[in-house]
Amino acid sequence: MQPIVQARHLEKHFARFTAVKDVSFTIPRGKCFGFLGPNGAGKTTILRILLGLSPATGGQLTVFDLDIQQQAREIRRRIGVVPQQDNLDPDFTVRENLQIYASYFALPRREIESRIDRLLEFAALSERADAKTEHLSGGMKRRLTIARALINDPELVILDEPTTGLDPQARHVIWAKLSELRDRGTTLVLTTHYMEEAERLCDELVVMDHGLILDQGSPAQLIKRHVEPEVIEISGELPDSSELEQLCRIEHIGRSHYCYAHNPRPLLDHLQNQQDLIFLHRPADLEDVFLKLTGRELRDT
Amino acid sequence: MNAMNWQLPIIRRSALTIWRRNILVWRKLIGPAIVMNFGEPALYLLGLGFGLGFFIGEMANMPYLTFLASGIIASTAMTTASFEGMYSVYTRMVPQNTYEAILTTPLDIDDILAGEMLWCGTKSVFSGIAILLVAALLGAVHSWHALWAIPVVFLTGLCFAGPAIIMSALSPGYDFFNYYFVLAVTPMFIMCGVFYPISTLPEVMQSIVYLLPLTHAVELTRPLIAGNPVEHPLLHLGVLAGYTLIGYYFAVVLTRKRLIV
Repeated sequence: MQPIVQARHLEKHFARFTAVKDVSFTIPRGKCFGFLGPNGAGKTTILRILLGLSPATGGQLTVFDLDIQQQAREIRRRIGVVPQQDNLDPDFTVRENLQIYASYFALPRREIESRIDRLLEFAALSERADAKTEHLSGGMKRRLTIARALINDPELVILDEPTTGLDPQARHVIWAKLSELRDRGTTLVLTTHYMEEAERLCDELVVMDHGLILDQGSPAQLIKRHVEPEVIEISGELPDSSELEQLCRIEHIGRSHYCYAHNPRPLLDHLQNQQDLIFLHRPADLEDVFLKLTGRELRDT
Repeated sequence: MNAMNWQLPIIRRSALTIWRRNILVWRKLIGPAIVMNFGEPALYLLGLGFGLGFFIGEMANMPYLTFLASGIIASTAMTTASFEGMYSVYTRMVPQNTYEAILTTPLDIDDILAGEMLWCGTKSVFSGIAILLVAALLGAVHSWHALWAIPVVFLTGLCFAGPAIIMSALSPGYDFFNYYFVLAVTPMFIMCGVFYPISTLPEVMQSIVYLLPLTHAVELTRPLIAGNPVEHPLLHLGVLAGYTLIGYYFAVVLTRKRLIV
């Protein structure tokens, strides 16, 4: 099947820094594709390039086999976008927001009203249809923004950090909605720095940092490729780490210690004998991959 | 590195969706809008027209009230479009991120700003009609001929919308607009023949004032309101149209520079 997006050697330079360096990727149809990376990694810039809202300095990009430089309007007609910050129109109610947005796509008036009813239901906002957007909670605004992104029945939905700033309940609702969309065959592209989100939603993802793609694959492939399958987290003062280092690969952050191993048995036996250590044994996850690839130092961007 | 995109804008029908959005918002706030439209010109015409008019009597062979009303129609088109093109457009462009949302639809900056300019012109027409009504009620208008001022007011609104949107594209914040009001809008209001004939100004100033668009808007509206023949209509229309096109072009280029990065 034809991929939905093909990017080859994308570059984006600004006067003072390079946001994207030689980035190539292919987004298959009907999947959820994620860009995972710390703040300032270049994720949002890539999404802007994808929409024709930021001209790339170099490389080629086609979406639906159309060239972004020549046919951005045609491409945007078939895409839905959920931006990082809600930009609902505060002058309008929930329903009016959808009506006005539909008018920008020049959709036939007759179809719109029934589609809006369906989208309000999907976003669980039917009862708030006449509310002003400023009176909505953060989770409701996000849901409305997602409903708005679906107004043109898009083949591809782009979401820039869709759950940043939401409480856990709201986040789970959004995840459920996004899975539902993907199951219906809509291609999703999202950026996130939440590992749990990437792991739950993404079939395939790229890990980025400093404008570069560090690696790409499914969450399981990435875990397998970069870290040992078992992790034991130890908190507290380690009496003697040299002994542990024989048994596992160990990393330290402050008073926390992360031990990675293929076979954790000897390590666990060793730790059982230490009285005052608290430890947690878990399978390796994306966060371990992420921290290994992007480093553990604090980012201030 | 971030090269300017000087490409000529394309005006499409989709600009009307932006115009429609704005008119829907305006309809919600119609109460205060109408008070503004009628209240201010009524004060000018009553206060200055009758107050000053009592001493002045006639100016340029017409009652001062008619002279003033025809000037105020043009200057209000200027202030209405300037306010809309600065405060409202800036609000949608920067703090409210409305354009950011619209730009993820098939619309371009070309469409958005064409729609905004049409809306500025329309809003100027609303205020122009209000003044015309007030002036007619006060007996300053004598013929239906005066309705021809309405398309002129529309063009005047378009003409001042461009520079105002340019200010929005360049502005770091609302305070920035004070420069434009103090350095451009207010001088035109005082100098361009709204309150007295330009011919009373020293000649050097006259030639400067003739470069300013408000002068040409007044030169068109005054005879139309007073029922006199318009002199050099094509020159005045051409100046207003020229400012409109150049204003639109630079507004688009500078807004691209701000938003498409």
